[in-house]
Amino acid sequence: MEFRYLPMTDTDKKEMLDTIGVKTTEELFSDIPEKVRLQEDMSLKKPANEYQLKKELTEMANKNVNLKEYTSYLGAGVYDHYIPSVVDHVISRSEFYTAYTPYQPEISQGELQAIFEFQTMISELTGMPIANSSMYDGGTSLAEAVNLSAAQTKRKKILISKTVHPESREVVETYAKGQNLEIVEIDQMDGSTNLMELEEKLDEYTASVVIQYPNFFGQIEPLEEINKLIKQQKKTMFIVSSNPLALGYLTPPGHFEADIVVGDTQVFGIPAQFGGPHCGYFATTKKLMRKVPGRLVGQTVDENGVRGFVLTLQAREQHIRREKATSNICSNQALNALASSVAMSSIGKQGLKKMALLNMQKARYAKQKLEEKNIQVVYNGPFFNEMVVNLTQSVKEVNDKLLEKRIVGGYNLEKDYPELAHHMLIAVTEIRTKEEIDTFVKELGDIIHV
Amino acid sequence: MSNQDFPLIFERSKPGRTGFSLPELDVPEVELENELDGIYIRKEEPELPELSELELMRHYTGLSNRNYGVDSGFYPLGSCTMKYNPKINEDIARLDGFSHIHPYQDPKTVQGAMEMMFELQEALKEITGMYEISLQSAAGAHGEWTALMMIRRFHEANGDYNRTKVIVPDSAHGTNPASAAVAGFDAVTVKSNENGLVDLEDLKRVVGDDTAALMLTNPNTLGLFEKEILEMADIVHEAGGKLYYDGANLNAIMGYARPGDMGFDAVHLNLHKTFTGPHGGGGPGSGPVGVAKELEPFLPKPVLTKKDDQYIFDDNRPQSIGRIKPYYGNFAINLRAYSYIRTMGAEGLKKVSEYAVLNANYMMRRLETAYDLPYEQHCKHEFVLSGRKQKKLGVRTLDIAKRLLDFGYHPPTIYFPLNVEEAMMVEPTETESKETLDGFIDTMLGIAKEAEEDPEIVQEAPHNTIVKRMDETTAARKPILRYYPQS
Repeated sequence: MEFRYLPMTDTDKKEMLDTIGVKTTEELFSDIPEKVRLQEDMSLKKPANEYQLKKELTEMANKNVNLKEYTSYLGAGVYDHYIPSVVDHVISRSEFYTAYTPYQPEISQGELQAIFEFQTMISELTGMPIANSSMYDGGTSLAEAVNLSAAQTKRKKILISKTVHPESREVVETYAKGQNLEIVEIDQMDGSTNLMELEEKLDEYTASVVIQYPNFFGQIEPLEEINKLIKQQKKTMFIVSSNPLALGYLTPPGHFEADIVVGDTQVFGIPAQFGGPHCGYFATTKKLMRKVPGRLVGQTVDENGVRGFVLTLQAREQHIRREKATSNICSNQALNALASSVAMSSIGKQGLKKMALLNMQKARYAKQKLEEKNIQVVYNGPFFNEMVVNLTQSVKEVNDKLLEKRIVGGYNLEKDYPELAHHMLIAVTEIRTKEEIDTFVKELGDIIHV
Repeated sequence: MSNQDFPLIFERSKPGRTGFSLPELDVPEVELENELDGIYIRKEEPELPELSELELMRHYTGLSNRNYGVDSGFYPLGSCTMKYNPKINEDIARLDGFSHIHPYQDPKTVQGAMEMMFELQEALKEITGMYEISLQSAAGAHGEWTALMMIRRFHEANGDYNRTKVIVPDSAHGTNPASAAVAGFDAVTVKSNENGLVDLEDLKRVVGDDTAALMLTNPNTLGLFEKEILEMADIVHEAGGKLYYDGANLNAIMGYARPGDMGFDAVHLNLHKTFTGPHGGGGPGSGPVGVAKELEPFLPKPVLTKKDDQYIFDDNRPQSIGRIKPYYGNFAINLRAYSYIRTMGAEGLKKVSEYAVLNANYMMRRLETAYDLPYEQHCKHEFVLSGRKQKKLGVRTLDIAKRLLDFGYHPPTIYFPLNVEEAMMVEPTETESKETLDGFIDTMLGIAKEAEEDPEIVQEAPHNTIVKRMDETTAARKPILRYYPQS
């Protein structure tokens, strides 16, 4: 059988074996002890030709309900926003996507500059002076932030609000076990962090306080008040996880003296793709510049004084510092950071605010319509584009019925919040039309008011 | 490509332009100022660039022209497996039924996606010889840490809290000791012997009842197969430790040997190396973890299984290390890997390793005529040369790398592994033709000659690139990590 990715011919093989001075390629494997040699062929499906492969995988893809064909109200950390066509055209340029990490700056200026621009955009959005080149996703980026706060303050206690994304909290918890940190959760009250409980639990052993803004329920946490509380403890760090799209309208965490701001740029140009790859960001203060995990690109000049970009401050990183590195991260999400940069550039300064506002307006319209239908929207604080409703019946059953109407309903909160049985988290983005929202509310009403 | 400063996207910006068409506001507008305390309403808009669509495309096309990928030319970057990234994989990853599905959809609506994941797990089990696979980890280093956390939990479950040390060879990737540290272990180094392999005597010396695991790449970073792997496995297992396989170099042995059969208890794979996930300028990757039966209860959540013809995500895993990443790993990269495995099959994957090894040995034999080869034996998929001969002529390995740029090649990995002076680590991969290898070899031989006859031309390289050598010292001393508008 011939393989289109393998250019080796019989003539090539013979010439190469002659040069090496062996008769067969088998001889090149003679150092693998007989005892560990695989004696039979691996048992895998027979190779598929390109046509067959496309057909087989298209059939598999078609078994899934996709958000292009269904109207979706699922958010909970992953959102259905419009992706401008230019994004995929740019990231499909193979000079970008087939390149390795830009270790040779002379032939990697394109990637390096694109990352430098990404760092700048994240810095602008978050109101933080420094941002790195990307992390795996919002959840692991948050875990790295927590680890950094413990290392920096030499403290072990972390206060994390229960309004932080449940899966991100679990990831934080797993990372924390490696460093023997104590994770203490702060309960929610009316959909936001319980500030009294936070004040009670905050003490001189607290390395950091972790807040999500807007939080998992869509509510906008009062960062100003939280910061004032945190500042009662001198060294305690303020970590904020933030949906960067919301920062088109909301005052950025940097304004509230956050020490580290993390999150996911999936909202900018990255499809949901079943949860990954997305793109974590990590922004911080100048003070922590030399403690940042991951790659950083810096501006410099070449020997002729021409402006250019390089990977810099690499003494923080695993390939130089090994076990003393600030993190073990190596591969990151460079191509997705590029996708987000293209999307952010496409949306632009004015567009970003408009897009954030569109999300807020459409979500408020949905809220009003839901309330008109006597569906209770439970929290009344300011919110971004998500809200919690009490369906007074099984969310799973409601979603099953919505599915018949080609609607993907919201997130079932019961799994992570037992006290919120029958509660659904609904996301409304800028791509939902008035008509779609009307239909959704009508169908939802019909289901629960029978 | 010109030698001019290329503008930043912010420098191309002009107020009033846009490259995006937003949907209409088709709902009645409500007053937001009444709802929000003014302090939370952003006063200054973030300085995102403002460009028309064409200007945006020109900018990024310009940047792509200032970048070099596998599709641009030969990329023999050792340890990175820069093989061809098949285009069909990109098409498949963009099918709506894969790219536009939400991780929180009801599992019954994403059975196709789960089927793909399950089939990939099955294939990777067969390729590695491991008992179970988790696709959760996002990259190689993430996989290393995940597996080490599992090993830690395994020891703790046995009431064994004294295993605080992870042994790594002096030739190991930097991520190995770094991952050990993040998992809460101390990294201990074991030396290599004169043949470039782990020194068994030294291993016996460092191993003990405080050993949690030995992390090993096989073939190792010198491209050499650790022949005494079974003896090493015995030494570590007898001491009660676990054996960890860094899958960075799996491209050398598919169909020939499997980590599971060598005694490894845990492995991670780099799907973006061996299984053609594109490197993307640094990521995203995917680093699935494979484990022996004993470690299976500790797998990260959720575990994908099949029950009565339905695929399910099992969260009820009391001994699990917990969640290591939101959702289900880097699904779209895993999809590309699956597409590749389906294209190659068992027969194709074995040929991949056969040709990767043949290409490397061919290059090694031709290049050793001009460059010092520290280890004489056949290599696997990569090999390490030393530039010490050229160093005596005043030409450093860095200079050789930069000179290669003038001829349109990406240089090998340099100054790694650390145990070879002036190292150049070459990994051709199986997707390169003999003509390409010969072209590169001839260029390398030419540079060796230049080093003897006209060293300045090498020392002052590159000459033909859009920028010359960068001032990295100033970049680190006075870091400029973002753009500020010039007022």
